[in-house]
Formats: sequence, structure tokens, C-alpha cells
Amino acid sequence: MATRITIDPITRIEGHLRVDVEVDNGKVSRAWSSGQMWRGIEQIVQGRDPRDAWTIVQRICGVCTTVHAMASVRSVENALNLEVPLNAQFIRNMIMCAHSIHDHIVHFYHLSALDWVDVVSALKADPVKAAQLAESLSEWEGNSRHVMTDVQNRLKTFVGSGQLGVFTNGYWGHPAMKLPPEVNLMAVAHYLQALEIQRYANKIVATLGSKTPHIQNLAVGGVANPIATDSQSVLTVERLLLIKEMIDKLGSFIRNCYQVDVAAVGAFYADWTQLGAGITDYLSVPDMPLDTKCTRFMMPGGFIKGGDLSTFKPITSYSDSYFRDGVAESVKHSWYKYSGGNGPLHPWKGETTPDYTDFQDNGKYSWVKSPTFYGKPAQVGPLANVLCGVAAGHQPTVSHLNRVMDIAGKLAGSKLPMSALHSTIGRHAARAVRCGVVHENLQASWQALMENIAKGDTKTFNKPVFPKGEIMGVGLHEAPRGLLSHWSVIKDGKIANYQAVVPTTWLAAPRNEADEQGPYEASLLKTPVADPERPLEVLRTVHSFDPCLACAVHLTDKEQKTVVQVKAL
Amino acid sequence: MRVVVLGIGNMLMTDEGIGVHAVEALQRRFILPDAVAVVDGGTTGMELLPDLENADHLIVIDAVRVGKPPATVVRLEGDDVPAFFKTKLSPHQVGLSDVLAALRFSGQAPRHVVLIGVQPVSLEMGMELSPDVARRLDEVLDLVSAELATIGVPALERRQ
Repeated sequence: MATRITIDPITRIEGHLRVDVEVDNGKVSRAWSSGQMWRGIEQIVQGRDPRDAWTIVQRICGVCTTVHAMASVRSVENALNLEVPLNAQFIRNMIMCAHSIHDHIVHFYHLSALDWVDVVSALKADPVKAAQLAESLSEWEGNSRHVMTDVQNRLKTFVGSGQLGVFTNGYWGHPAMKLPPEVNLMAVAHYLQALEIQRYANKIVATLGSKTPHIQNLAVGGVANPIATDSQSVLTVERLLLIKEMIDKLGSFIRNCYQVDVAAVGAFYADWTQLGAGITDYLSVPDMPLDTKCTRFMMPGGFIKGGDLSTFKPITSYSDSYFRDGVAESVKHSWYKYSGGNGPLHPWKGETTPDYTDFQDNGKYSWVKSPTFYGKPAQVGPLANVLCGVAAGHQPTVSHLNRVMDIAGKLAGSKLPMSALHSTIGRHAARAVRCGVVHENLQASWQALMENIAKGDTKTFNKPVFPKGEIMGVGLHEAPRGLLSHWSVIKDGKIANYQAVVPTTWLAAPRNEADEQGPYEASLLKTPVADPERPLEVLRTVHSFDPCLACAVHLTDKEQKTVVQVKAL
Repeated sequence: MRVVVLGIGNMLMTDEGIGVHAVEALQRRFILPDAVAVVDGGTTGMELLPDLENADHLIVIDAVRVGKPPATVVRLEGDDVPAFFKTKLSPHQVGLSDVLAALRFSGQAPRHVVLIGVQPVSLEMGMELSPDVARRLDEVLDLVSAELATIGVPALERRQ
């Protein structure tokens, strides 16, 4: 008989995703992914000035404020056909890259590594051996035996104090935990060092964006950073040189710690390269524009069918009709209704009218809509981004990927095939690869900005002018969690409709119009579950997507202290 | 000494955004000493790490559910606060809990944490506070100001 497990909420931080699975003979046989919060927050910008929308929509999500701000200004610029000055593109690129790096590092070390790393086991490690292992894998200065011993002592005190905090969620001693104690200790050391390093990424965002969280420097038509070589109050060469130092520190950590640790997890959990593929139609958009019209980019994007890289079809600009015409959202299984009856709607025609029922296995069961690309669900995220990069022959992607695969192969004792990427572990590996690529983009954008300023160009803004009548635009951004699109309809200079189709909408989607499962749901099928009371395996796969469903309420509840309600029915 | 006043909440959802409204109002009403950093945390989590690390005092302002009548203002301190932050049904509160746990592990956690909370009346969409909660805003600021005075970094009322 099948056992039903409900995990609610499933995210380690950004809450309010519920996953139900039925486990039959020790494996997941059916799965449902359900967003538990209404996300109609786009309605708040209707009737407002399109130039203000970005400051408002960056509040819809708790983790990705920057990305919503960016997609929003791009959406309005796209509607206006407004060019963005080169300096503004490069400054935006740097903000997006630094934000991505922050997000990827924090996701791996502080939000999902604990699914794979047994912190308590690190207490049993031999610090000398841990240092030897770490030093054999990279040139990182923080791998010495002194560091490992110090970290282990700190961990002893911390565990002894009973204040495990974030670690209380951990599944210590779970049979699915397989890393040797020394690898666990290495990962814990890098967890702590990641706390130090992430601040540099944050500082770059703050320096260029004036403030973090919630950047202030964007404008429809460019950025509000005046550039000058001689004034202290604006973006000076001196400030840019400080940023360069921070960029270099980040690069060393990504290369020597993040990519190495992900490769180690992949090597020791090789069985997880066979699990969690789910939907293998991959969709990403190009990003980090190199021109004012958004037609040339540092990072390619496109569509791949069925995991076959030879099917790659590139998306060539932010006005590419191949992308724009392919997107629609179904609410057949979501708690909304469309005024014209059933059938998916294009986001420009999108509606957000709630229609709540109970959780119905075969009916409506989620506040998340179900987006499709030409009628089919698609996997978005770093894996889609990296696979499109490889398919496009993008050299930075290929070289970072080869490096991560080589280290994993060395540790596993055999070479890993490319097919291993279509998996739970593959998503982690791709995120680390992407982090390296994005770091190169950050360096390149910094260089390009310096060179452009040196040419005497200090322009950062083109003034938008809104015509009478109706215009429509889409703002695209390849965000840390994947493809983000903001769709706006502007009438007589005011917003008439606004829809944000966020990465987690694609990934956490419930069944679509044709009753096909979304990516989370599909990826969970056949996942083994050793202990229904502690469904670590389910969490591993869902967390590998870096779920984020916040975008709404965060009221504190003093009465409820439950961490994860696992209901085994 | 480093004192951080952190307002958290979603300002698109009326009273849910009390923390953010409060830190904005705090800066309008008072001149704050240099040692006091005011942070609009919105609904973020780990992005707050650099803002909170090594703070001597952290004062958090937030919407809370404490089983009191709507628009009640509460102050929590000491053992009540960590228990409070362990609540996992509130996504961003958990974010803050993660930030504090991570900082404890690295030995950079704020030494002293006080939470000033308001039981919300409305969580509807909207960028304004409900009238009942808006009327309590000054009381929230008074509590923050009293807190700052106790710590030894008093806020000065701006001249009207």
C-alpha cells in the first residue's frame, strides 16, 4: 500500500511550498507540488507609472529583490523600444552578476549543503587528513590543518551549546548521508569561510546599487549612477578599483572552494546523478547585454528539447518572437479562474482572479500557475543555462564544466558522463559552473565599463517618453533560479496589466492544461525514500532547484514552532 | 559600539510591512547617533548577513502573531527572542533565524536582541498601514527610542 507524505513547508528558508508524495515499495510513485500562498501581488502596480513599477515589484520576493527590479525596468524599456546606454548595461551586469554569485554561494553552503553534509559527523574527522584532502584539491589558503582544527573546535562548542539553530533541521546520521567525516569537516570549514566571502558580493551590489537589500540606482532607461573621474560623491575610478579587489576575492573562493566542494558531493553521491532528472526540456534566456539594444550578450540562452543538445535553438534578443510567443500559463490545476473560461493565457492577457478549492489531487491544488513553452513544461535554472551554454559552444561554460567534471571524476575514481548532469546532483554542479561563468562576466563587465569611461563616455540614462495608446513589453533576466520574465501592458503611460512569471513558477508548477506534471513533480518520481518519517531524499531533489516561493507574507507566529510538518498518512 | 535597528516585512501587504514603515518613520522623527544603523530589511534573509554581523545590540521591528488583540504592540527580549525566531511557518522570519544561527556559528552574532512587534489588523494588499496600526506607529517609535536611550545611544527628536 502506498504511503502518503506531506511536507509543508519544504523550503529551508523561503517558505510556503508544500510537496505531497505517495511512496510505493520504497519509491515515490506520485507527486504534487503546491504553492501555499496567493501570489497576485502584481495587481498592486496596475494604474501606476511604469517608471515606478520596479521599486514596488522588487518587494514581491524576499530573496530576489534585485532580479525583479531588473526585469521590471527591462519590461518597460522593451515596450518603449528604449535603448540603454552602455555604461548602464555594464553597471547593471555587474549588479546582476554579483547578486547571482551571492545567491549561488549562499544557496549551496547555507541553504542546501546540509542535505548532503552531516555536520555532526565532522566532529569525528581527523583534521590533519581533512587538510591533506582539501589541499590536494585546490590552492585555497583556508585549508590548513590549523584551520580544520579550529573549525572542529568551534563546532564542538556550538553543538555542545545546544543552540544548533539552522542545523536543527538536519537529518544527522540519516542512512542517506554518505560523506566521510573529513569531507564533512572540509565542507563545514568552507561553510564558515563562505560567510566571510559572501559579503564581498553583497558589497559590490551595495556600492553600485546604493543600498542592499533593495537597490536604488535603477531607472527605466538606464541607471542613476553619475559617473565622474574626479568627484567623491559619484562612481569614481577609485571605487571601481575597490570593486575589482572584491571581484578577485570572490573568484578565488568560487574556483577553490565552491566548485571543488560541489564536485566532491557529486563524487560521493554518484547514485544521485541517476535521480531527479524530471523534465528535460530546458529553457533559458541570454543575459549580460553587450550593446544598447540587447541583441548581443555575454551569456547565451535558448531551448533544448528532451535533453538533446543538438536540438538547441537560441533566443537571440529580448524581442525574439520565438520566446515571446511561446509562453502561456494554465490555471486548470491552480486556484485561479480565467474570465474567458479554460485554456492557457499568454502573460500579456494574464488574469489573477482567485478561485480557491480544497487540495484536490486531480483538480486544483496550488496557488502557482502552470507556465508552458509551446504547450510543454520546461525546466529553467542554472542547469538549463549551462546546457544551453554548452550547446552554443560558449567557451567559459565549457571550461568551468570540464573542470568540475574532472575533479568529480578524480574523486569518484572514474570519469562522469555528461548525462550525469540531468539529475539532482547535476543541478548543484550546474549552479557552481554557472557561478564561475557569471564571475567571468562580472570581470568582463568591470573591464568594459572602465574602457568605456576611458573613452570619455559618461552617459548612463536615456529618458523614456510614453506614447498615447497601448504598448506591450517583456523584461527578461536569467536570474539565479532561472528564467524570469515580467510582462507589462502600458496604456496612455500607465500600467494596464502586469504579470511576473518567475523561475519558481516554471519549476513548482502544478499539472498543466494537458495534465502533465511540472518539473518538481516529475523530478520526484522513482526517488527512493528510506524512512517516510524523515524524507531527506525528497528534500534533496526539491532543494536542488533552489526553491523560492516567498513573494508574499512573513508574519511571525509565536504559537507555532514546528520546523517541517512531515505527515506520513 | 554598533547598534542595528532592523525593520522587516512586506510593505506591499499593509500591516505586514510595519517594520519597514517604522524604520522609515524613525529616521523622519529622530536624529540618530552614528553608532546606530537603520536597516530596511524588507523580506530578505541571508542578504542581511553583513548588516547584522558583530552588532552589539539588534532591535528588530516586525509584524507578530502573539495571540493578542489586533494592533497590540509587544516587546520581547532575552530567552523569548530566540524561541521566536525558530518559528518556521513564516518564511522571512526563518530567514532571519538562519542569519542569526549562521552568525552564532561564526562567532559574530549580535550580543543582545530585542524584538518590538505589532499584531496586525490587515494583511490585505496595499502599501499603507491599516488606520489602527498606523495609530500605534508612534508607540513603536517610542519603544525603539527608549531602547536606544537604555543602551546609551539616545535618539534626538527633530524640531517640529
